[in-house]
Amino acid sequence: MNTNSNAYTIIYASVMVVIVAFLLAFVNSTLRDQQNKNIELDTKKQILSSLGVKGVKDADAAFQQVEAQDMIVAADGSLAPYEGAFVTNYANDDKNHVFVCKVDGQTKYVIPVYGAGLWGAIWGYVALNDDKNTVFGTFFSHASETPGLGAEIAADWFQTQFQGKQVMDGTTVALGVEKNGKVERPEFQVDGVSGGTITSKGVDAMLKECLANYTNFLTTNE
Amino acid sequence: MGNLFSAKNKEVFSTPISMNNPVTIQVLGICSALAVTSKLEPAIVMGLSVTIITAFANVVISLLRKTVPNRIRIIVQLVVVAALVTIVSELLKAFAYDVSVQLSVYVGLIITNCILMGRLEAFAMANGPWESCLDGIGNGLGYAKVLVITAFFRELLGSGTLLGFNVLNYEALKNIGYMNNGLMLMPPMALIIVACLIWYQRAKHKELQEK
Repeated sequence: MNTNSNAYTIIYASVMVVIVAFLLAFVNSTLRDQQNKNIELDTKKQILSSLGVKGVKDADAAFQQVEAQDMIVAADGSLAPYEGAFVTNYANDDKNHVFVCKVDGQTKYVIPVYGAGLWGAIWGYVALNDDKNTVFGTFFSHASETPGLGAEIAADWFQTQFQGKQVMDGTTVALGVEKNGKVERPEFQVDGVSGGTITSKGVDAMLKECLANYTNFLTTNE
Repeated sequence: MGNLFSAKNKEVFSTPISMNNPVTIQVLGICSALAVTSKLEPAIVMGLSVTIITAFANVVISLLRKTVPNRIRIIVQLVVVAALVTIVSELLKAFAYDVSVQLSVYVGLIITNCILMGRLEAFAMANGPWESCLDGIGNGLGYAKVLVITAFFRELLGSGTLLGFNVLNYEALKNIGYMNNGLMLMPPMALIIVACLIWYQRAKHKELQEK
């Protein structure tokens, strides 16, 4: 057979594309449920991580244990229970979620934050004490920051810096990241990552923008 | 099946690991050597993923080699590689979610790794499936070897750790004036380390030097 004829080439290409398309569609649809379950468990692990609960095997059980309640913050700062499927991508969700949890009998509020780093999306969870102002713990992660540089925002040393910092200065969000060694207000700011300036600025902008949506919630004390 | 491990096949498998290394001799796959080597762990996983995908892609293309129309052979090779990479990435997401999160974009970047296209075009299009499989594994391991060596020095000297474990971050060392070298974590240092590896290999083996 002449494998160089036009007809053969066109038929070969068409058949190949159809086979590959069916193969990929099949793989994707058979694995999708499993993948979504993994993503949901991973989101729960990230929320738990901001509460200092790390390395859990069974994220669902651990999630029950901290009595996490998915709540929505209304414009006036009041809370209402969230009805609906568990959200895994808060950047695509227009509601202001907050998870009300209990750790050692103390109420903690976990707020999801999301923004952009140097190469792609960055996101995280900020856990606050029951005064709604002191940071209890944080978790940050990223889609594609540079390992060893921007990706350091996912490292413990970066995240533990936030513990005990204050969020609000009056009615503006003051919690943020400053260039390494340039921190002037240590009650609000933490050191950025050396060599990861744009990612650090991304974390700073992410905290300020996302937490600003919660201003009414954070400044009302019951 | 006595000829499966004949002298020629052993050579096909072993030369890419040393004397015909895809990175240090053919200077292919430099872009990813630069991207994933600031830590040891992603370098190891990336090396293994490339090994597996090169082996499979080589076998598939070798089986198809007599049917592939000459004029669209590069496209056929790309489709095979892209499909394999997508399947591996989907499987990782379903069954090894943590690993897939660590690798993030690099799995997708395997498609653009020049070593893959180079081996498909230069070897699998002209040889049988078994030889092609050995060639794929050999080249993948040759690539992994350079990645691991580079990442070893970058993580050790740049962060003072290996695989995330503390090696050099001690007060006693700081007191005598030792500091982690942040420059090691910058992409240019990957090129300089790879260049040093090439230098070492050429100095050791005179036959590699151009007259």
